[in-house]
Amino acid sequence: MKMTQAEVKTQEYWRWPEYRRTVSEKDWRNASILTAGVDIGSVGSKATILVDGELYAYSVMRTGGVSQDTAVKVTTWALEGTDLEIGKLHYIVGTGYGRVNVPFAKKTITEIACHARGAHYIYGPTVRTVLDIGGQDCKAIRCDEKGKVLSFLMNDKCAAGTGRGLEVFADLISVPIQELGKVSLNVDQEPSPVSNTCVIFAKAESLALLRQGWPKERVAAAYHAAMADRIVDLLTRVGIEKDFVITGGVAKNTGIVQRLERILKIKPLEPKMDPILAGALGAGLFAKALYEKEQGLR
Amino acid sequence: MKTAGVDVGAKFAKVVILKDGQVIARAKMLVGFDVLKSASEVFETALKDAGLSRNDIQRVVATGMGRNTVLQKPPINADEAVSEVVADAAGAYQVVPTVKTVIDVGAEEGRGIKVEGGKVKDFVINERCAAGAGTFVEAMARALEVKVEDMGPLSIKSANTIPMNAQCCVFAESEVVSLIHSKISKEDIAKAIHDAIAGRISSMVLRVGVEKDVVLIGGCALNPGFRPPLEKELHTSIIVPDFPEYVSALGAAVIAANPMR
Repeated sequence: MKMTQAEVKTQEYWRWPEYRRTVSEKDWRNASILTAGVDIGSVGSKATILVDGELYAYSVMRTGGVSQDTAVKVTTWALEGTDLEIGKLHYIVGTGYGRVNVPFAKKTITEIACHARGAHYIYGPTVRTVLDIGGQDCKAIRCDEKGKVLSFLMNDKCAAGTGRGLEVFADLISVPIQELGKVSLNVDQEPSPVSNTCVIFAKAESLALLRQGWPKERVAAAYHAAMADRIVDLLTRVGIEKDFVITGGVAKNTGIVQRLERILKIKPLEPKMDPILAGALGAGLFAKALYEKEQGLR
Repeated sequence: MKTAGVDVGAKFAKVVILKDGQVIARAKMLVGFDVLKSASEVFETALKDAGLSRNDIQRVVATGMGRNTVLQKPPINADEAVSEVVADAAGAYQVVPTVKTVIDVGAEEGRGIKVEGGKVKDFVINERCAAGAGTFVEAMARALEVKVEDMGPLSIKSANTIPMNAQCCVFAESEVVSLIHSKISKEDIAKAIHDAIAGRISSMVLRVGVEKDVVLIGGCALNPGFRPPLEKELHTSIIVPDFPEYVSALGAAVIAANPMR
């Protein structure tokens, strides 16, 4: 199909798809504990529904202008088609940047604790370092064999090294954000990283490279390399111990993941489920523990 | 004696021509993709204005982030390149001889310089983060959908203080959009933007200390919304000289006239 100029211009390359899934064959009616974890991030919101502490259904969508509305929407969507409703859930925990805006959450828990707990669930008890790269922040978390946080470092002040930095870049080179990582790996030789840290300046620098005639792939490689360097700085400061895992939306960007692996010489564990869910899963698991405590079950 | 100062900045190139200590021409122009070409064009404009040719100028000194591009390269053939900090100090001393602190906020850099007798005693620079430079106001103007030159006049109409949480230019764009959605007036948002950048610049400048007289130069000094919050943050009055964006180029021209300094 031939696209007109106007159509090309209105394409939003930063916009990633929203989705929901039911992942368990189980019947929730036979379960004793139904919980939910709702992670209202600065860019993406995630809801997980857990049946006896196992992931049952989930949804992922963009955080809208009013966090309360998004919390209701994302949770309702996760429950869609399951015959379940918010009122039937025993305990709901809110987490993420907008956690105080989850109206039906009984408790809120920081995203740091939830990511460690969620990573423990996704990857198992050998996880010691969790790197969470979200829409507007980046966290390096050290945890123990129970998924309990030992220490962490976080950048939430600067867009460099976060998903937002990639969104800006996707728009600049007109490549959909889901394909950005793959595109950045399509080079024969790794160029020097973009020298500017600031996303605004790095964008200008990338534009200058494009004007010099660099192919998109090469500029993307330089941009990803700079981002990986910045994330490594954060990780090195908190200290990295195996097993190492990556969570958050940017964990799906192979360009970042492979470069981190190359620099750190440590292979991150392969995720067994969508790594964007770690925070919401952790919240759902905390919800189960809190409910059990409340009911005197443990 | 005739000398020239060429300040090749991140956004604008500025030229000042001096004749026996008096400015006889000044010109500025946006720096395009070809830095040497833009700088040369603006240099020719200033020469033409003064009715001179390159041969009439005894010495040319270049400064600014693109200073090495014009060093010993025709048609400018700059004899020497000096750092922005040195040029700022010399220029500010020329326009305000009592100056002790220079604050220079350009398109992509912010500087705080402690000066004595036109010489640099200490300095601090931000060149890494757009949130502490003119680019910040520009980006926010885009988010607010107003012209960048209207930002200052809008902001001084507001007496309200709305805190901005984002420290990053990219995050602040989203914050401005949510402020618009919360029906905050453009005036109040413009003020919040200027308060935010003034807060960052002042905390940087405070690292070298602030002593009167304080002189504000660079392109951002042209923005009337910038000085009031900066004065408030630093608890001092601030002098904005005429043609504040040319002070660095002037400093370079002064240095050119005093090669034995």
